Amino acid sequence: MSVRFCGLELAHPIVNASGTFDLIAARRAFGDAVLHDFPFAAHVTKTVTLRPRQGNPPPRLWEPPAGLINSIGLPNRGLEGWLEHDLPLLAELPVPLVVNVMGFTPAEVGTLVQAFDARPEVDALELNVSCPNVETGLVMGADPAETAALLRHVRPLTDRPLIVKLTPNCSDPAAVARAAEQAGADAVSLVNTLRGLALSGGRPWLGGGAGGVSGPAIRAVALAQVHDVAAAVTIPVVGMGGVRRGQDARDLLDVGATLVAVGTESFRDPAAGARVARELEAAPGR
Amino acid sequence: MSAERARTLAPFGRRVASVSAVRRLGAYTILHCADAAGPRPDAGQFYMLATETGWGGGAGQRPFLPRAFSVLRTGPEGELQFLLEAVGPGTARLAELAPGEGLWLAGPFGLGFAPPPPGFSALLVGGGVGIAPLAIWGDQLGPGPRVLLGFRGAAHARGAELLPGAEVATDDGSVGHAGPVTELLEAVLSAEPARWAVSACGPAGMLEAVRALCARRAVPAQLALESGMACGFGACFGCVVPTRDGLLRLCVDGPVLDGARLEHVDHPGGAT
Repeated sequence: MSVRFCGLELAHPIVNASGTFDLIAARRAFGDAVLHDFPFAAHVTKTVTLRPRQGNPPPRLWEPPAGLINSIGLPNRGLEGWLEHDLPLLAELPVPLVVNVMGFTPAEVGTLVQAFDARPEVDALELNVSCPNVETGLVMGADPAETAALLRHVRPLTDRPLIVKLTPNCSDPAAVARAAEQAGADAVSLVNTLRGLALSGGRPWLGGGAGGVSGPAIRAVALAQVHDVAAAVTIPVVGMGGVRRGQDARDLLDVGATLVAVGTESFRDPAAGARVARELEAAPGR
Repeated sequence: MSAERARTLAPFGRRVASVSAVRRLGAYTILHCADAAGPRPDAGQFYMLATETGWGGGAGQRPFLPRAFSVLRTGPEGELQFLLEAVGPGTARLAELAPGEGLWLAGPFGLGFAPPPPGFSALLVGGGVGIAPLAIWGDQLGPGPRVLLGFRGAAHARGAELLPGAEVATDDGSVGHAGPVTELLEAVLSAEPARWAVSACGPAGMLEAVRALCARRAVPAQLALESGMACGFGACFGCVVPTRDGLLRLCVDGPVLDGARLEHVDHPGGAT
């Protein structure tokens, strides 16, 4: 079951989706048991931004059919606070650490990448490109040229593996993935949440306006996008979207993913990552 | 951050508990289950519950996420009791459970009630299904706490049987005082303002009235809040409530918060 990914040796192919597992909070709830039985083969952090963010006003959650719509807004301590408070606690992890970062300009992403490149505890970086470049107004990950420009800026700043987290909210994720590969990305991960609206009494319910849909509701969409992206690139693909069971992970591996991330299912079952990894061993491949 | 109060830790992951009994009490259902593998929770802690079978796949493909419930009471051999009212797809499915069926549970989660400061007497104030954590809190405090409970009407007021000796108010006047429970609270606090430390749980409007009454008279108040939650252990960041210290995750920083930390209780509910 062990797998090599961007030079990292992982015990199995199941990792967490960014923003769906907070080790520091989990230790407050479960104690050190969560470290001893850490359910993922690598830990991907929630997005870190240059400056602290409080996140979106509540309400932040809505339950649509077979899924979740969230509008969290990337709350985090900001780079400085994160390095001081969060990184020392994450350094105790028994698995590789992947830090997810987001900036509002390529220069801001570069600052984050350089800062984490200087920290030996960080094994890889994932770039959240599902936000607008404030200089161009374009969502960086929705446009191949924007993605390539971002990669050209940050690629020279680090030798650590760079994973580009693709957004499904664009016309051609495979074209964006190709652009990322050509500009030096080591891997791509997908899908991020699909844009969705929660309506209550005829009005948008979430404090942040629209939200992101996850869970089994988006599994078939994710499977198609992972299939198309894996066919378009030669770098490894981290597939995710609605994975609940080992067979769901097997499906993503069958269409070309190297790793599979579990996200929303961890909210229902805190140890879902380990369960999916166990079930995957028993799930027949193609 | 200052050192935080100790809490009972949850076993990592979720586990199946067998439903041992289901009781109807007016508008409410009380689930008893056997959680032999789990610890004894603190009063005010909560669990994330889902049925072992038939959770989702029904009308509208809901429920999907587990639902958060404060523990009502504990019994011997790991028994946990939960109070619920069928008001949505999740609570309706939970209320259908029969003895012998399985209940997924994760927890106990969160920070529960703290004892009253020295020299103060405990005054418990509850509304509706929010009376649940006051029962286990009363059990742990031992004889003595004064209890004020508010309900919509007679069917809901049956819930007061869970806290013998409680003084009851109903909106429709069918049982006890006619009016909100906070009118009872105001009378008790007026008589002896320096005596009481309040622990309260109930709907947002009631909690806001309790918070404001206590703040005006400098009465210590702990409020057990509710918010829509996906996970219960700090992962989803969905359950935040505004406080004087910014947005806090109710699941790991609450659900019991000191009233002085809140400017206003006005949180939306979650999936039911």
